[in-house]
Amino acid sequence: MEAGTQAEQLRGGRLPAWALGLIPLALIAVAIGAFALLGGPGLGERTGPPVEEVTVERTVLRPGEIELTLRNDGPDPVEVAQVAVNDAFAPFATSEGREISRLGSATLRIEYPWIEGEAYEIFILTSTGGTIDAAIDVAAETPEADLSFYGLMALLGIYVGVIPVSLGMLWLPFVRRIGERWIGALIAFTVGLLAFLGIDAGLEGLEIAGEAPGAFGGAELVFAGGIAAYLALAGVDAYLARRREAAGGGTAAGGLYLALLVAIGIGLHNLGEGLAIGSAYATGALALGAFLVVGFAIHNTTEGLAIVAPLREGEDGPSARPGLRRLAALGLIAGAPAVLGAWIGAAAFNPSLAALLFGVGVGAIARVVVQIAPAMRDDEGRYLHPLSVAGILIGILALYLTGLLVSV
Amino acid sequence: MSEDGGKLSRRKLLGAAAVVPAAVGINSLLQRGEGASALAQGQGAAADGKAPHMGHESFAHATFAPGRSVDHRANGFNPSQLLRDFDYGKTRRLASGRVLREWEIVAHDKEIEVAPGVKYEAWTYNGRVPGPTLRAREGEKLRIRFVNGSSHPHTMHFHGIHPALMDGMPGIGERQGGGQIEPGEAFSYEFEAEPFGLHLYHCHVAPLAAHIARGLYGAFIVDPKKGRPEADEMVMVMNGFDTNFDLANEVYAVNTVGFHYINEPIRVARDELVRIYLVNVLEYDPLNSFHVHANFFQHYPTGTSLAPAEFTDTIVQGQGQRSILEMKFPFDGDYMFHAHVSEFAELGWTGFFRVGNPSLLTPAAAAAAYCKLPWGGGKPA
Repeated sequence: MEAGTQAEQLRGGRLPAWALGLIPLALIAVAIGAFALLGGPGLGERTGPPVEEVTVERTVLRPGEIELTLRNDGPDPVEVAQVAVNDAFAPFATSEGREISRLGSATLRIEYPWIEGEAYEIFILTSTGGTIDAAIDVAAETPEADLSFYGLMALLGIYVGVIPVSLGMLWLPFVRRIGERWIGALIAFTVGLLAFLGIDAGLEGLEIAGEAPGAFGGAELVFAGGIAAYLALAGVDAYLARRREAAGGGTAAGGLYLALLVAIGIGLHNLGEGLAIGSAYATGALALGAFLVVGFAIHNTTEGLAIVAPLREGEDGPSARPGLRRLAALGLIAGAPAVLGAWIGAAAFNPSLAALLFGVGVGAIARVVVQIAPAMRDDEGRYLHPLSVAGILIGILALYLTGLLVSV
Repeated sequence: MSEDGGKLSRRKLLGAAAVVPAAVGINSLLQRGEGASALAQGQGAAADGKAPHMGHESFAHATFAPGRSVDHRANGFNPSQLLRDFDYGKTRRLASGRVLREWEIVAHDKEIEVAPGVKYEAWTYNGRVPGPTLRAREGEKLRIRFVNGSSHPHTMHFHGIHPALMDGMPGIGERQGGGQIEPGEAFSYEFEAEPFGLHLYHCHVAPLAAHIARGLYGAFIVDPKKGRPEADEMVMVMNGFDTNFDLANEVYAVNTVGFHYINEPIRVARDELVRIYLVNVLEYDPLNSFHVHANFFQHYPTGTSLAPAEFTDTIVQGQGQRSILEMKFPFDGDYMFHAHVSEFAELGWTGFFRVGNPSLLTPAAAAAAYCKLPWGGGKPA
C-alpha cells in the first residue's frame, strides 16, 4: 500500500504539473542555502590572495578634475586606497566609500590639473597594493550633458543619419525606371552593403566588448544581441506573414515590406554608429569637422539607395507605390536611431550596453539579408550570377571606400 | 625651478587653483574656501581650527587622498621616530681592552601600511622597515646575532670589510652554520667595524631584488674614532615598494611611508648643523636622488672621508650608494626636500624640514613669511 503510494507520487500522479516543475527549484534553493550556511563544507579556506578585477566603465574630464566610474568585475570586494595620475599621487573622493562590492560600481573624482591634448595614465592602488590601470588617450573636457548638448547630438544624428539616408532614397524614381534585370543587381548591391555593415558592426561590437567587464559577458553580449535580434525579426516576420495569409493575401512579402525590413536593419546599425560617434565625441576622441560629417553623409547615402531598392519589386501591390509620408517614415526608421545612439553614447556610454546594441545591429542586418536575398535571383533562380556578384562586390566596395572618410 | 614654473602655467591654463596640503595641511587646506573644490570641501575640520584666506594662489604638489593616514601603531614604527633612532646595541669591554658591541636582529614577515590604506606584505628586520640603524665606532668588534623568524630563508649581508664567512652570502659557510639562514635558524656575524663611514646591510638570498625590495635592509654607521662634530643627526633610507609585484615601484619614500614628512615635517633648529645619513636601497629603479630646497649641503660620499667632496644641493645615488650630508638652515620656514627624480617625488618621496618656530617671528616678518608658507599657516608647536 505504502509502496504503491510512493510509486504513484514518483510518477507525480497526484501533483499538478506546475508543482512538479517547482519542486526541483525548491530543492536546489534548500541545497544552496544549506551549503552557504555550512560555509561550503569540504572546500576549506580559499587559497591565495583576493582576486581584484576592476574595469573602468566611464571617464569624464572637467577642469581640474578627472572622474572615473569603476565596476568591480571580480569575485572579491575591492578597496580603493590611492590614485596616481601620470605617476603622481593625487587627492580624490569616492561616491560611496572606498570599497566596491562584487559587481558594484564607484565613482572616483580625482583632483588633477590635466591639460587639454595630453595623454594620461592613471593607476589606482587598492588596499592590497594591486593596481587598476586607466588611460586617457587625448584629454579634452567632457561636454556637460545639458539641453544644448543633446541638441548638438541630435543635430549630429540628423546630419549623419536622417539626411543622408533620405537623400539616398531620392534614387527611387531611378529605381522604378530601370529594367527588371537591373533590379536584381541593385538588390545584390544592397546585400553587399548590408554584409559590410554587419561585419563592421560585429567587429566594432567585439572591440567594445573587450573593454566591458567580463562578469557581464563581453563578446557573449554581441552574439546574444545578434541572435536575439535575428530571432525577433524572424518572429515578427512569421507573425505578419500569417496575418497576411489570414487576410486572404499571399505569403509573399511586398516591396514596401522588404524596404521596411531594410530600413529597420539599417536603423539598428545606425543606432550603433550613433553610439560610437556620441561616445567618441564625449571622450574627446572625435573632432567634429565638416569633413567628418560630409564623410558620414556620403557613407550613409548609399544606405538610402538600399532602402528603396526593393520598392521596384512586387509592383503588383498598392503598397509598392508608397506615398511621401511612408517614404519619410522609412527614412526616419533608418536614420533617426543615429540620434538616439548619439544621445546614449554621449550621456551614458556603457561598454556592456554598447556591445549588446552592436550585436542587435548585426542580428538585424543578417535577418534583412536573408529576407531580401531572394529578390536578387535571376530567371533561373540562381542567387549568384554575374550581375548579382558584381552588385554585392560594388556594395561592399562602396561602403569600404566611403568608410575611409569616417574612420572614428 | 622648472617644475614650479610648469605648475604655474597649468594653473593659469585651467584657471582653477589646485589644492594641496602640507604640514597640518590637508584639513586646513580643505577648509579654504577659494581654490578648494566642492569635492575637497566637507572632508573634515581643520586640525588647527583656522581657515585662512590668502590673496595668492596656493602652492601645489602631489599628495595622497585626504581624510586618511597611515596607522603607525599597527605598523609598529613611525618614520618620525625612525629618523633619529640609532641602535648602538650593547657593549662590553673585552679582556684585550677592545669594545665588543652586540645586537640581536630577528627577521619576520609583517604586513605594513606603506601609504594610507595600502598594505604590503613586508619582510622585516626587527619588525620595521628599514631595519634598525646599527651604529658602531671604528675598530670595535661587532657581533650581530641574526635569528630568522621569517617563513623564508634570509641572511644579513653587511657592507664593510670582513671575512667571507661573515658576508651573509648564501653558499658560503653553510657548514659552519653561516651562509643562507633557514627559517628558525640563527647565526652570529662577527667582524670589525671598518672602514668608518656610512654603510648598509641587507638580505642577500636569491632572488636578490625581491628579498631587498620586501624590506630587508638598514643603515650601518661606523663612526670615525674621533667622532664627527656635534650635529642634529638623522638617517634617511630612500626606499620604494612594488606593491603589485610588477617589478616597478608604486610608492616611493624615505623611511618607508610615502609623503610622511609632508604631513609631519622634520623639525630642525635654525643655524644648527644637521647631518643626514642618506642611504639608497631602492630596487627596480637604477637611480635615486636627494635635493633640498633653498639650501646647500656638504657632501661626504660614503662618509669615508672627513673632508667633503662637494658643496651642492642635489646628489644622485645608484642602488646601494650612500652619503653623509651636512647643512645648516639660516632662515626659519618650511623647506621641501625630495628626490629630484620628479616621478619618485610625486609618488611619495617628498618631505619638509621645518626650521625654527614661525610664531617667534616679528609680526611683520611673520605676516610676510606666512603668506609664503605652503600650508597656509600651520599651528606652531
